[in-house]
Amino acid sequence: MAIKKRHLMLGNLACVHGAIYAGMRFFAGYPITPSTEVAEGCARELPKIGGKFIQMEDEIGSIAAIVGASVAGLKSMTATSGPGYSLMVENIGYAYMTETPVVVINVQRGGPSTGMPTKGSQADTMQARWGTHGDYTAIAVAPSTVQECLTETIRAFNLAERFRTPVTVLLDEVIAHSREMVTIPEKGEFKVYDRVKPTCTPEEYVPFEMTPNGVSPMAGFGEGYRFNVTGLTHDTMGFTTNRPEEVSPKLDKLANKILKYRDETVKMRTEMMDGAEIAFISYGSVSRAALQAVMLARKAGVKVGTVQLYTIWPFPEKQLREICAGCKKVIVGELNMGQMIYEVERVLPNNIKIHSIQRYDGEFLTPMQLLEKLDEVL
Amino acid sequence: MATVKETNQAEKQKSDVMLQYLRPKKKFPSVWCAGCGNGTVMGAIIRAIDKLGYSKDEVVMVSGIGCSSRMPVYLDFSSLHTTHGRALPYATGVKFAKPHLKVIVITGDGDALAIGGNHFIHACRRNIDITAILINNYIYGMTGGQGSPTTPSKAFSTTTPYGNVEKHFNPSELAMAAGATFVGRTTVYHVPQMEKMITQALEHKGFSLVEAVSNCHTYFGRLNRQGDPVAMLKMFKDLAVPAARAKNMTPEELEGKLVTGVLQDIEKTEFCDEYQKVVDAHRGVK
Repeated sequence: MAIKKRHLMLGNLACVHGAIYAGMRFFAGYPITPSTEVAEGCARELPKIGGKFIQMEDEIGSIAAIVGASVAGLKSMTATSGPGYSLMVENIGYAYMTETPVVVINVQRGGPSTGMPTKGSQADTMQARWGTHGDYTAIAVAPSTVQECLTETIRAFNLAERFRTPVTVLLDEVIAHSREMVTIPEKGEFKVYDRVKPTCTPEEYVPFEMTPNGVSPMAGFGEGYRFNVTGLTHDTMGFTTNRPEEVSPKLDKLANKILKYRDETVKMRTEMMDGAEIAFISYGSVSRAALQAVMLARKAGVKVGTVQLYTIWPFPEKQLREICAGCKKVIVGELNMGQMIYEVERVLPNNIKIHSIQRYDGEFLTPMQLLEKLDEVL
Repeated sequence: MATVKETNQAEKQKSDVMLQYLRPKKKFPSVWCAGCGNGTVMGAIIRAIDKLGYSKDEVVMVSGIGCSSRMPVYLDFSSLHTTHGRALPYATGVKFAKPHLKVIVITGDGDALAIGGNHFIHACRRNIDITAILINNYIYGMTGGQGSPTTPSKAFSTTTPYGNVEKHFNPSELAMAAGATFVGRTTVYHVPQMEKMITQALEHKGFSLVEAVSNCHTYFGRLNRQGDPVAMLKMFKDLAVPAARAKNMTPEELEGKLVTGVLQDIEKTEFCDEYQKVVDAHRGVK
């Protein structure tokens, strides 16, 4: 077996390679620090494989173009950061409502507003769940290494295509701008999921049909199925409706097609949780510091472990409860003023004491800081 | 002169063509008021498409939000009824993803020029092969008669109750200045001209704009004492100045007039084609 070629690569660029591996053939974007290298990488790589890259006039145009391209049948992606994500959320809502698979990479930076463009953050955690108006269920995934930027982007596409829904990749600037060794997987090494297409005749096609798993087969424009797509609440044929008996089933469909399979969306990594009395709970760059801190603390005899979330939304309620069942205390580490902690507080039973360590000055949490916090709560 | 019988037959043929393109599963009537110009524009679009012989499967209609933007929902093509102001970037995604599709954008003065103004000028600049039909009725109809970017100075609307203090956009001139390669203006009075202009726009390679001046008698007409649909159509007839004649008129003489006809028809490289050249170069295609 040939030795696999490894590349020294930027986190943002690993997302591009992951997306291409997953079948992304359309990218629309707008420059914004610290995500710009994703767009630059797509501009370079996509023409080589017959894919499409377009720089739009703003982030609203970018998300609109990728939704249009996805409806036309191509796997599509955009990348941005906080201010751009804020501009995109209305049309991410359109993708939820029209059940259009797209992937949005949000390289989080300090905010609010223009904030700190070159500094990392995890302050869009809640925005990825609740950003657009109305009722819907969101999926968001988060890598913590450059290799995982590649693999989590593949997973984001698979989830988007499987559930016909937008998926956000929550990076933070720390990972996006790190350079690490990356192996680009061989074809077939990772499962690549493609959207289910209709097999019925065009006359029989019901574009938003209620199916047992909640996902309707999706035709592309120009493939012989003529149908209507609208952001207005619609019936199974895609036509506007205000009828109560059609409205709530549609909204239930948006939520249940994901929630029914939420266990299959969950991905987490646990280290040294055997017999752990204390657990760090974190995602992204914080998880790297947590792993280091836990290894050092274990050497000193402290019964501590770490839980890293790769799936942020839907929040892994049941799994987190099970893993932390033996803990007396948990420490939630975040690069914000406290967002994921609300979920942890909602999910864990009252007998577990919940502590937090939060940093929002633009610097990342270090293992030493986490050890200090551990010392404090012991 | 055509006889009554001949006229009736011609009208029946027209409505037969219309019926072929209406969506069989969509419930009617439409949301439009009786006498609305949107239906006239829809008829002209259908006849243009029918004349060109496009198959229903190769046409995609994209729209934003507003009265005119409801049009694609009624027609038997693939349709994307999007968010307010964003029809053009959605259409850009569809067209660029599948360049063989005929992409038509239906938009209004508020949708294209206020909330969607940035997308409008950039679609013109990019010269992507999309035909945009901008139905300009000088007002926001769906929300009940508010002032739009084309509401003339001193005109009344529910948000300009004392007369509009702002200046208005000229959509066709804006498109030409931004680089659109085909631009034409017509009105819902000039139906044969509209049909021909839409045909030309669809055949044109590059970004084409047809500004179709239309009547919102329900709001603009009523608030500005312009009367019923017939009175408004007569007004469009009186205000229209063919482009050839307008060339010899002073700006003062043209004040308040509607210059109609093809205003721009030039050739420039088209966006999807140019991108394909980049792809081909990478693949060694000569």
